[in-house]
Amino acid sequence: MSILNLFIIIPILTVGAILLTRDLKHSRLVSAIGMGVQMILSFVLVYLYLTERAAGNTATMLFTYDALWFPTLNIHYALGVDGISVAMIALTGIVVFAGIFASWKMTHLPREFFISLIILASGVFGFFISIDLFTMFLFYELAVIPMYLLIGIWGSGPKEYSAMKLTLMLMAGSALLLVGLLGIYFFSSPDPHALTFNLMEISKVRIPIHMQRFLFPFTFVGFGILGALFPFHTWSPDGHASAPTAVSMLHAGVLMKLGGYGAFRVAIFLMPEAAHEQAWIFLILTAISVVYGAFSAIVQTDLKYINAYSSVSHCGLVLFAVLMMNQTAMNGAIVQMISHGLMTALFFALIGMIYGRTHTRLINEMGGLMKVIPFLGVVYVIAGLASLGLPGFSGFVAEMIIFIGAFQHVDVFHRVITIVAASSIVITAVYILRVVGILLMGPIKNDHFLHLDDAKWYERISTISLVLAITAIGLAPYWLTNMIDYSLAPIVEKLAAIQLTSLF
Amino acid sequence: MADFTYTLLIPLIPFFTFLLLGLAGHKMKPIMAGLIGTSGLGASAILAYSAAISYFWTGHSAGTPYTSIKAFEIPWLHLTDKLTIHLGVLIDPISVMMLVVITTVSLMVHIYSIGYMKGDTGFSRFFSFLSLFSFSMLGLVLATNIFQMYIFWELVGVSSFLLIGYYYYEKPSAVAASKKAFIVTRFADLGFLIGILMLSFNTGTFDFQTLTDPHGPAIAQAGGAAFMGLSLLTWSLIFIFVGGAGKSAMFPFHIWLPDAMEGPTPVSALIHAATMVVAGVYLVARLFPVFALGAPDALYVVAWIGGFSSLFAAVIACTQTDIKRVLAFSTMSQIGYMMLALGVSGYGGEEGLGFMASNFHLFTHAMFKALLFLGAGAVIHAVHSNEIGDMGNLRKFLPVTHITFLIACLTIAGIPPFSGFFSKDEILVAAFHSNKLLFAIEYLVAGLTAFYMFRLYYGIFWGKNTHYHHTPHEAPKVMTIPLMILAFGSVFAGFLPFHDLVTSDGKGFESAIDWFVAIPSVLIGVVGIVIATILYKKESAMPDRIAGSLKYLHRWAHRKFYIDEVYLFVTRKIIFRYISVPIAWFDRHIVDGTMNGIAGMTVYAAYAVKGLQSGKLHQYAFVFVSGAVILVLIFVYLV
Repeated sequence: MSILNLFIIIPILTVGAILLTRDLKHSRLVSAIGMGVQMILSFVLVYLYLTERAAGNTATMLFTYDALWFPTLNIHYALGVDGISVAMIALTGIVVFAGIFASWKMTHLPREFFISLIILASGVFGFFISIDLFTMFLFYELAVIPMYLLIGIWGSGPKEYSAMKLTLMLMAGSALLLVGLLGIYFFSSPDPHALTFNLMEISKVRIPIHMQRFLFPFTFVGFGILGALFPFHTWSPDGHASAPTAVSMLHAGVLMKLGGYGAFRVAIFLMPEAAHEQAWIFLILTAISVVYGAFSAIVQTDLKYINAYSSVSHCGLVLFAVLMMNQTAMNGAIVQMISHGLMTALFFALIGMIYGRTHTRLINEMGGLMKVIPFLGVVYVIAGLASLGLPGFSGFVAEMIIFIGAFQHVDVFHRVITIVAASSIVITAVYILRVVGILLMGPIKNDHFLHLDDAKWYERISTISLVLAITAIGLAPYWLTNMIDYSLAPIVEKLAAIQLTSLF
Repeated sequence: MADFTYTLLIPLIPFFTFLLLGLAGHKMKPIMAGLIGTSGLGASAILAYSAAISYFWTGHSAGTPYTSIKAFEIPWLHLTDKLTIHLGVLIDPISVMMLVVITTVSLMVHIYSIGYMKGDTGFSRFFSFLSLFSFSMLGLVLATNIFQMYIFWELVGVSSFLLIGYYYYEKPSAVAASKKAFIVTRFADLGFLIGILMLSFNTGTFDFQTLTDPHGPAIAQAGGAAFMGLSLLTWSLIFIFVGGAGKSAMFPFHIWLPDAMEGPTPVSALIHAATMVVAGVYLVARLFPVFALGAPDALYVVAWIGGFSSLFAAVIACTQTDIKRVLAFSTMSQIGYMMLALGVSGYGGEEGLGFMASNFHLFTHAMFKALLFLGAGAVIHAVHSNEIGDMGNLRKFLPVTHITFLIACLTIAGIPPFSGFFSKDEILVAAFHSNKLLFAIEYLVAGLTAFYMFRLYYGIFWGKNTHYHHTPHEAPKVMTIPLMILAFGSVFAGFLPFHDLVTSDGKGFESAIDWFVAIPSVLIGVVGIVIATILYKKESAMPDRIAGSLKYLHRWAHRKFYIDEVYLFVTRKIIFRYISVPIAWFDRHIVDGTMNGIAGMTVYAAYAVKGLQSGKLHQYAFVFVSGAVILVLIFVYLV
């Protein structure tokens, strides 16, 4: 029995325990304990992973577990993790934990809320530990579906519209993805009786190039929609704006990362030739995402829209780096996923807390909040500085690895597009400082705001745990990048093996 | 050779005081926070001085060149096979000199602030930010590699942002100024980053020692033209210089500096006069061998940007009425001098006169400009205004401030034997031997400098008898003692043997005052002072009449040549209105509209086909029969 099974079992047990509770007080406590255990477990997993590697275990995937599940199609419940998935699991653990504390006062149908939230989380955990494409897809859907309920029931504003839009667009992504995954399945082995969904098995065969050319766009765009790839990102601003705090946190923090992770683990890993051929198209789209998201964020007035567009920009950078397809840039992509996950979760948590006090998310109606809620104000400034890539926080590390990695391509196209993407650091500074200036500084505009309470203990737990993670990566990135680097080796070898014919 | 590992503590002590004051400062008594910050910096200053003494004198055998020593280094982030970012401590003549400059000025500012900020809310926050700034600035000068420098470069930028805007966060103009400062320098930093990307890719290293090695990989690539007739190395250095120009407020990135004066005056003295704004000079000096040996064209750019900025700023300084803004433009002008000196310098021996002069001027400027700002702070403290118009005849009320301010003015005007004379003279000599036009510009600027400084001096301490609501009183001892110490530095720093200590190749050279240049330069300074005396010592209508006769020039200079308006046009109009707003509109209406359109079409199509599923049997029968007939016809006639 592998430790990884616990990542599914604990959420199930937690959901079972929540069913037994009666009110908010108990259900939130049960959720906090369950997800606290889950978070600790994810740290234990990091530790076990590192000791296993230190002991000289060189297998690509560790802690593997395999159970035949659906024999006719050879579908397995196959688990396994490498350095990359371990890092993503740790990210998920922290964000989910912080999300529970951010919904401490969820009075409307609390049990159902926490159950949906935890089902969503277990889908994400399941996705990261699976190495069977079908199981992976299943968990992916498991994460997307509760989103509809969470936004539709507990959301705000035009919540039905947003929930519908988000779910339908992501479902469209799933449909593309399903085509891609089935296509991969049918070419997963030269022997038609030995077809498999196992990622590691498929990576050993070479999918015929004409099929790759056909399947790669389906798979990449399918995942890309979840990763807010331009022009399929518009679910993100509306969805985030309507979603309750913890859902925004989880969605932007970890669910969007499924897109980046899948794009790189499935689309590029299994179809490197097609990826290499078609990368330029998607590089242009992602570079547009990066700059376009940042420019759009400048003129938004709703805090959630600002952060949603900022996420479009930052997640665009993830896919951008993945498509650069060298070890350094891909490492940067993973770090950027983790970094953005933590930062955006922190932002959404803060926005939720501010909204809970001021009952508005429009920055023009607020001002001078630093004076009345100094704790939240300071954390907002920290989150902002982290987001604009200040050294000492995770965002800087990720961006620098990406830019240096991307700049290792010698041709003009990659160089120019890297500089275009790098120019986003200026635009990011503009919209972040604009918000900080309007929201927190200056005189207080509304007399009601004079009597706001600063952060409560549960809000402090939520924000401080995220801030700690952001600074830990920012100050000592070495261990994280090393862990990721090791696990990138198989992918890089595969990329190196293909005939590199440059298009430019 | 002495062991310099302990120099690691010089930046780390302020870092710890920052953490301590940042996390627990609000629970302390204000004076406690001030004392913790100040004593932490005092400890750093002692270590910095002892490092300087042992590096330059006791630990160094006379006659041998000064070498650069990596006192400490750890890997921080692994990037590619060749590139790893390290964090460490590099000890060489310029970094040790900067340690002395930063810790001295920072300590003076800390002490001064205990008096100046007394009674302000957020006293401990102020001191924690001062510590953060000191840490970042010290980390910047001690950087062993260009990436470490970039890291701390960003950190000093944010410290400056916090100290301008976050401290006075209820004052809209300060918030706007801090934003402007951050964004303008950030834009320049993008150039720096691109320069680093290019340089590191082509040389395979970030390390300063490898980069500046005359036989190393960077300088070996000097030749060849890559783009527009300039080599890759030249381009990367020009991009890096863009970063330096942003931080050092060189034209056209200078617009943030005057606005940054919205911050507290001690901050202006520390960050916007003595330390952070000279980071650009330090950056060029740090990479100087690469510039001089590998990319003389880039150095040419440095010289001209410096020369132009110094003249441009000096002209504006003559027309400003806010005393801090006069000083800000003066800073820009003096940094232009330093850049120019680097730009006209060669590498090695007496060729490197400009390099030495630039660092020398950096050193003396830090002393007298910090003194000017702190003196201005004492004046503002006394009259609660920044405008020259609200002052006058203050010499009786503020005797210590008056004398120290006068010393600083004489120093910046280049009057012997004050330190500014020596350093400015070396710069003029270096310019004279390299480029006569640049020399002429700097010669003119020397006269303008003397003029606007004495205009300021007379405007504050002489001139009209202003009626004050409260009788102005001299600042407390805690503020005047730093003034006196800095005045001492301004007077005597000129006697330091810089040509033996800080040279482009580490070897000392013989340098004597070139009277052929020195005498005319003193003369033009005196002329400037005399004109200012005639115009401003007593209240008269002359200045207004002169301004009137130079109507357009005066108005243009007073409005800072409308560069701010150009920037506003670019940011407000172009970026906001013509880029961001259309993009946001495009996103909502075109991209999202398409998505909604697809959804709408699906619904429409559903309604359209709904009629077919009517459940009416006769309709189904009709469709069935007509379909059958059509098929039969097709089979009959076509097959």
